[in-house]
Amino acid sequence: MKKVIVIGNGMVGFKFCEKLADHPLRDQFEVLVFGEEARPAYDRVHLSEYFSSEDADKLLLAPRDWYAENNITLRTGEMITDIETETKRVFTHKHDYFEYDYLILATGSSCFVPNIPGVDKPGVFIYRTIEDLDAIKDYAQKLKHDGNIQSAILGGGLLGLEAANASKELGLDTHVIEFAPRLMPRQLDKAASDMLQAKIESLDIKVHLGKNSKEILGEEAIEKIDFTDETSLPIDMLIISAGIRPRDELAVKCGLRTGERGGVYVNNKMETSDPAIYAIGEVALYNNGIYGLVAPGYEMAGVAVDQITGGEKLMSPSIDMSTQLKLVGTEVASFGDPFIENEDVTAIAYENKQRGVYKRINIAKDGSKLLGGIMVGDSSDYNTLFQLYINAMKLPENPEDLILGSRGGESKSALGSVLDLPDTAQICSCEAVSKGTICDSITSGTCCTFSDVVKSTKASSSCGGCKPMVTDLVTATLKSMGQEVKETICEHFEYSRQEMYDLVKLHSIMDFDEALDRHGKGHGCETCKPILASIFASIYMETANRQAPIQDSNDRFLANIQRNGTYSVVPRVPGGEITPEKLMVLGQVAKKYDLYTKITGGQRIDLFGAQLHELPMIWKELIDAGFESGHAYGKSLRTVKSCVGSTWCRFGLHDSVSFAIRIEDRYKGLRSPHKLKGGVSGCIRECAEARGKDFGVIAVEGGWNLFVCGNGGATPKHAILLAEKLDDETCIKYLDRFLVYYIRTAAPLQRTAPWLDKLEGGIDYLKKVIVEDSLGIGAELEAEMEELVQRYACEWKEAIEDPQMMKRFKPFVNSEETDESLVFVPMREQKMPRPW
Amino acid sequence: MEELLKNYQTVAEQHAIHWIKVGQTDDFPENAGACVKYNTKQIAVFHFTRTNSWYACQNLCPHKMEMVLSRGMTGDSQGIPKVACPLHKKTFSLEDGSNLNGEEYSIATYPVRIQEGNVYIGFAD
Ligand code: SRM
Ligand SMILES: Cc1cc2nc3c(=O)[nH]c(=O)nc-3n(C[C@H](O)[C@H](O)[C@H](O)COP(=O)(O)OP(=O)(O)OC[C@H]3O[C@@H](n4cnc5c(N)ncnc54)[C@H](O)[C@@H]3O)c2cc1C
Ligand code: SF4
Ligand code: FES
Repeated sequence: MKKVIVIGNGMVGFKFCEKLADHPLRDQFEVLVFGEEARPAYDRVHLSEYFSSEDADKLLLAPRDWYAENNITLRTGEMITDIETETKRVFTHKHDYFEYDYLILATGSSCFVPNIPGVDKPGVFIYRTIEDLDAIKDYAQKLKHDGNIQSAILGGGLLGLEAANASKELGLDTHVIEFAPRLMPRQLDKAASDMLQAKIESLDIKVHLGKNSKEILGEEAIEKIDFTDETSLPIDMLIISAGIRPRDELAVKCGLRTGERGGVYVNNKMETSDPAIYAIGEVALYNNGIYGLVAPGYEMAGVAVDQITGGEKLMSPSIDMSTQLKLVGTEVASFGDPFIENEDVTAIAYENKQRGVYKRINIAKDGSKLLGGIMVGDSSDYNTLFQLYINAMKLPENPEDLILGSRGGESKSALGSVLDLPDTAQICSCEAVSKGTICDSITSGTCCTFSDVVKSTKASSSCGGCKPMVTDLVTATLKSMGQEVKETICEHFEYSRQEMYDLVKLHSIMDFDEALDRHGKGHGCETCKPILASIFASIYMETANRQAPIQDSNDRFLANIQRNGTYSVVPRVPGGEITPEKLMVLGQVAKKYDLYTKITGGQRIDLFGAQLHELPMIWKELIDAGFESGHAYGKSLRTVKSCVGSTWCRFGLHDSVSFAIRIEDRYKGLRSPHKLKGGVSGCIRECAEARGKDFGVIAVEGGWNLFVCGNGGATPKHAILLAEKLDDETCIKYLDRFLVYYIRTAAPLQRTAPWLDKLEGGIDYLKKVIVEDSLGIGAELEAEMEELVQRYACEWKEAIEDPQMMKRFKPFVNSEETDESLVFVPMREQKMPRPW
Repeated sequence: MEELLKNYQTVAEQHAIHWIKVGQTDDFPENAGACVKYNTKQIAVFHFTRTNSWYACQNLCPHKMEMVLSRGMTGDSQGIPKVACPLHKKTFSLEDGSNLNGEEYSIATYPVRIQEGNVYIGFAD
């Protein structure tokens, strides 16, 4: 048995363990790992996600048990302080020593902290470990509490911008300070940096370029930073992200050869100057460089494992530093040599300031190959371009098509089919998985789906950047084997939503059982049932009462389930307009049933904490007072938000409240692939936030401007102008057409914005269909909407009037008792469910 | 909370001692669930009409310990009848109570018998 000691349990040290654990000769080695951090190795690449999840365990690359199961001894919280090369021993900070046959240095790097006076003051942080993030978060909380919220990041590189995003999300006013005259100076040229800067600044992060820091000042904690150009910036917190410094202190101490600017020298076998010691990851100095990315580190880990097990694998002669990321919500990518400029090279650039997109490719003058490139704002072509570059593949006749898309004629990917790539093409660079490996996993029958492939080959399991390409490969390979792949609803229906929509309509299928009999199998499930329910509702305007069991659980009980299994009650308040009398009814009902009451973000009132059996009683009282269901539970029209408009507001151009009420009343109850929200503003000040909605109407001189396909939520998008200066009737006509067209063609749970993204031809095509009626279906779409509008019925009214339907709201079939297991706790002057 | 879970232990048909009548078949919705009470237990009962099968399990979702499973959606996964919790859509096999998302926790199931239009659930206590 050979003894292997690994110093450092970071990303690369872990990869070494993982690869060794999988090796056939695994049993010949005894593995001992030292990690100075308290936790087993975690995913630093996704470190920032810790801010939102607060769950450090989620980041672990493998749980602690994994090491034991694989016979690896892991000693965390233990630091190696010395290496004795003659006796082959390492010493811990507790002065214990351990012997090795092979020593693996995977100590990574630390943040480079420039020597500026004041960097040691409280309020200065770095960004590398979970503990760093905890410290930043605590300090930010304290700052906010005291009302000091100026935060700056020193360093406008990749990590700096990530830290800036985190600082912004912590609610701090954020600045980025960069010494170079541009952002991400290693990856971007000036034009790309300008574009990125504009995007970042539009999110209210301030960028200061070409700034050389002189001193950090402050009494008890930092207060401002002075620059050499005599300017200064008041700051309460500073996060330093000015580059990395390899942790080569052990190597220096024991006399291994190191680089002038740090790093442990290694050859292409990952051997250091002592053949029993290997160095991998960010501490290794290979080809005169230190590589701050996981992909080269993982390759090094693979080489080291191969070498000590008697293999002959060598490190690639050149390291590819291509990157694709999302920074502060903006896609950024660079590959190959992004800057190369000489007489043998032509650079082609495309810039669209309105969309915030910049792309540049560098190609050999003779058009033979791609040498590098940059993308900001839209990196959807990255995978294709990267493959063309890394495999030195032949370029299309008009290389500009690569970034502009082919104009005229059929649009086709520059790669032709992904299957045209050579088998050796590396698809996943983090895990070094080639196209051949992926395709083989499918043709051999081991894998049939994308997730099988990820599990078996590990492709796409790290940064996920290659996911689109892996998906394409899986689909193309399956297709080449004669297997059809399509987006089917689930295992019970081998059709897409649109196909099912057409089938139901064509064959006048009336219920779920009939659909299963004719086109499906099994019992159905929680995926296909709500989709079919929505299709039936969209075609026949049937309420959720008719086929209650196939409704999503909220729709089945016509209310949103809350944390403790109670429900909320949201009556419709069209346009947000409500009389004092009705407002009082809401108050009385809430009081009578002891409901927690809150104004929602949708201009209406939510009453929480109703028990199942109370719902009908509550709704009876509300309906008697003139309320209707607000469909807060359904994938259907929610609210049409209004601003007060011309009736009261001194700037109002038209009566936005009346129009919002008219629209909300027209589309209430309309079921759709996802929820629908609208807004009407009385002037361009836009107090109704109409452009943040699926459809938004804004008053202008001469009529209404109609915007479509916006939303707030997880991926906010502004709605886009569909038509201008419309009168009321035309506006409604276009809305009718737009909504039915969306309902017919969208994928399940796809809101209008992603639907438009996927719609071939985009907004221009949509304009043609809706405004110019290019498909000649305008009248049909309007008629369909008119029929749906005519068939509207309040489903709560329907439910409380039918004793059969009311059975649903009885808590127990065999008892009149109510559920006494419910526990509420007081909160301010109201109540809430006991916390989980 | 763990106390609550202990109240529910799977009962195999042959180990049922008490068969409790919990209602008539048409008191229960088709292809969906409803809840019944037996002493301190809340039991979810499901009727799958396509195979005319009945299933019963604890109403308590072991994910967050809420009494909600009877209000979840039913269906099958590769032929295994299942229920999806209405809170976070964790799914459980109604045949053996196992967790179909591959997580640790599972649920207790109980045998159901139908006699002369009445629904009986078997308990061991
Ligand atoms: C009550 C309310 C929060 C509040 O206290 O203000 C709320 C509460 C919920 N929202 Fe919301 N949203 C509420 C306004 C909003 C808004 C603001 C708005 O409408 O102007 C948004 C962003 C705008 C938008 O949708 O474009 C919003 C974006 C979401 C999203 C993200 C949607 C997206 O496309 O990314 C979800 C999740 C989803 O639908 O899948 C969601 C889902 C939910 C659910 C249904 C989560 C759930 O499944 O339990 C919450 C339950 C409501 C309940 O039990 O009654 N809620 N939600 C608001 C009810 C408005 C109303 O009167 O109906
Ligand atoms: C915020 C952030 C975002 C990033 N994003 C990306 C990205 O998008 N893409 C990408 O490719 N890369 C990214 N990286 C870089 C990537 O995380 C590193 O390249 C990778 O972690 C390097 O792995 P390593 O094992 O060499 O070093 P590390 O992960 O730093 O691990 C080294 C470990 O060794 C321990 N150690 C050091 N000395 C000793 C000692 N004497 N005794 C015991 N233990 C010791 C350290 O405590 C540490 O735990 C990011 C890094 C950060 C910080
Ligand atoms: S944002 Fe919406 S979904 Fe999230 S907690 Fe608030 S109400 Fe619930
Ligand atoms: S409580 Fe049931 S899935 Fe979360």
